[in-house]
Amino acid sequence: MNWGIFAIAYKLLVNDQAKFNALLVGITFAVFLMIAMTSLFAGILSRASATVLNIGASVWVMDPSVQTVANSIPLPNYVLDEVRSMPGVKYAVPLYSGAALLKLHDGTYQAASILGLDDTSLFGRPQLISGDLEDIFAENAFIAVKDSEFAKLENPTIGTTFELNDHRGKIVGIAKVSSSGLFGIPTLYTTYNRALQYIPNSRFTISYLLVEPKSPADVQRIERDVRATGYLALTKDEFTDKITDFYMYHTGLGVNLLMMTVISFMIGLSISGQTFYSFVIENIEKFGALKAIGAKSHELVAMILFQASLVALLGFGAGIGLCSVTIWLARAYMPDYAAMVTFLNIGLAFVMVVIIAAISSYFGVRKVLLIEPFDIFRG
Amino acid sequence: MGKAAIRATGLNKWFGEGEARTHAVKDVNFEAFFGEIVYVVGPSGSGKTTMLSMISGILRPNSGTVDIEGTNIWSLDNDALAEFRLHKIGFVFQDYHLFPRLTTAENVAIPLILQARGWGEALQEARQDLDVVGLKDRADLPPVKLSGGEQQRVAIARAIVGRPDILILDEPTASLDGDTGRMIISFVRKNILSDRRCIVVVTHDSRIFEYADRILKMEDGHVMAAEKGDLHEE
Repeated sequence: MNWGIFAIAYKLLVNDQAKFNALLVGITFAVFLMIAMTSLFAGILSRASATVLNIGASVWVMDPSVQTVANSIPLPNYVLDEVRSMPGVKYAVPLYSGAALLKLHDGTYQAASILGLDDTSLFGRPQLISGDLEDIFAENAFIAVKDSEFAKLENPTIGTTFELNDHRGKIVGIAKVSSSGLFGIPTLYTTYNRALQYIPNSRFTISYLLVEPKSPADVQRIERDVRATGYLALTKDEFTDKITDFYMYHTGLGVNLLMMTVISFMIGLSISGQTFYSFVIENIEKFGALKAIGAKSHELVAMILFQASLVALLGFGAGIGLCSVTIWLARAYMPDYAAMVTFLNIGLAFVMVVIIAAISSYFGVRKVLLIEPFDIFRG
Repeated sequence: MGKAAIRATGLNKWFGEGEARTHAVKDVNFEAFFGEIVYVVGPSGSGKTTMLSMISGILRPNSGTVDIEGTNIWSLDNDALAEFRLHKIGFVFQDYHLFPRLTTAENVAIPLILQARGWGEALQEARQDLDVVGLKDRADLPPVKLSGGEQQRVAIARAIVGRPDILILDEPTASLDGDTGRMIISFVRKNILSDRRCIVVVTHDSRIFEYADRILKMEDGHVMAAEKGDLHEE
């Protein structure tokens, strides 16, 4: 490989500062928008599945009509007994998931998500950062989750009290979870029976059954046996996928964000494609002269691909950096901001940048391959 | 007369098909020898640029052969032909075609870089050739900062940096005033021409005819006459 031609290509590119900057800005802006959009979507999906991720059960049993974790359909108690008796089930516990209005000290009401854990095992409990777990069995006890919504409970401490449906509630612990909820309301944990006691309920009260199989090999059998009873058993990942599918295909959220991502791609493509093409056109006679001097077509193609790849990589890096800083700043000032940069976002943006670079360079390469040295002589 | 550098036989070239077909070069035979400057002159459309392109290996003739130092260049494939041009032929284009975003030295070094020589070594040799054309102190400037005559000399330095045996100059004085044009061609004759080099010049400019060893006139695709030009030693 003749590395000198890349040095020429590099100098031709970076010494044309106006076009180089325009290319960088175009790709950086496109990457920024693409990652911002997709990370927002990833963040929303992660928050939508927050309860599933935080509880951490291997298998969830639910009514087949459930679409998101927040919209549970109560299960009759006999389902719990039936599941517990299934082969391959190590244990199964009920989970209560609901919402309630809390009356705070200042007299205002605040909606909150209430999770009632199995009284015996407290399976799915969050990690406490202050307080004693056993205090949850004390009278009126609740554990508050210190997430981005924590301040809406007036930053409670251990001992802080509130009212819930004319019952007294008391914070006995502060906990942390891996993922905040989507709907902008704080989360309280208590025992299953206390949740039923405090919150009005329908005839059936179990929101979900949390099942632990004896071994991973038993999961399929449990799913099949639960399906035979008319209910649905999903692994944690399957439940998360189901929630993702709901938001992606049944809410318009996915389509709207996809549209924005496509628009970002088009913006990046049009700015960088046009700039790169005009860059090649401006130098086309020079490329023809190089051909006449003795440059081979594949060397000129390599030069153009190198230039396109260089601006694409620089723009990609700058776009990721800009997006990360923006998300960091946004989170610092807006706790509810959901964006979350994942490797998938970055990978997707990289693929799109590669496509932008490929399309941008395609027209330039085509032009350079078509230019004949004889055209240079003819003027 | 020295050894033949270029020998073209029965060259024909036409463009287009049917009624639109234009026969640009008609059964032309051409010879150029080491140690001489040959001018190809003639009116616009006479076929001189087409012939120049065919003998320098950048436009494939419809028929005929071109031998350069014993190699039938049109028997080579495209890559081999490009390699042949890179090592054997130097070009000075009418509009110079220097890269405005590279320095003068980098422009001159391009043929060496295409020959896969190291960047530093290529630049060093380019500076030496810029010294030959009297532009050593302009090596780090972009070509746009140079005058027309200086740019022409940069183009000459680029053409000779690879030590080619054959130099092709296309209208070398077209963009220059009379004095500068004469100075350039006289410089080429005095400093660039040697017993081991052949220079072919296409020109309209009768003011520089005095620097030719031979002048070929082309008209309507034919070499109409071959005259010995008036050679004036400086």
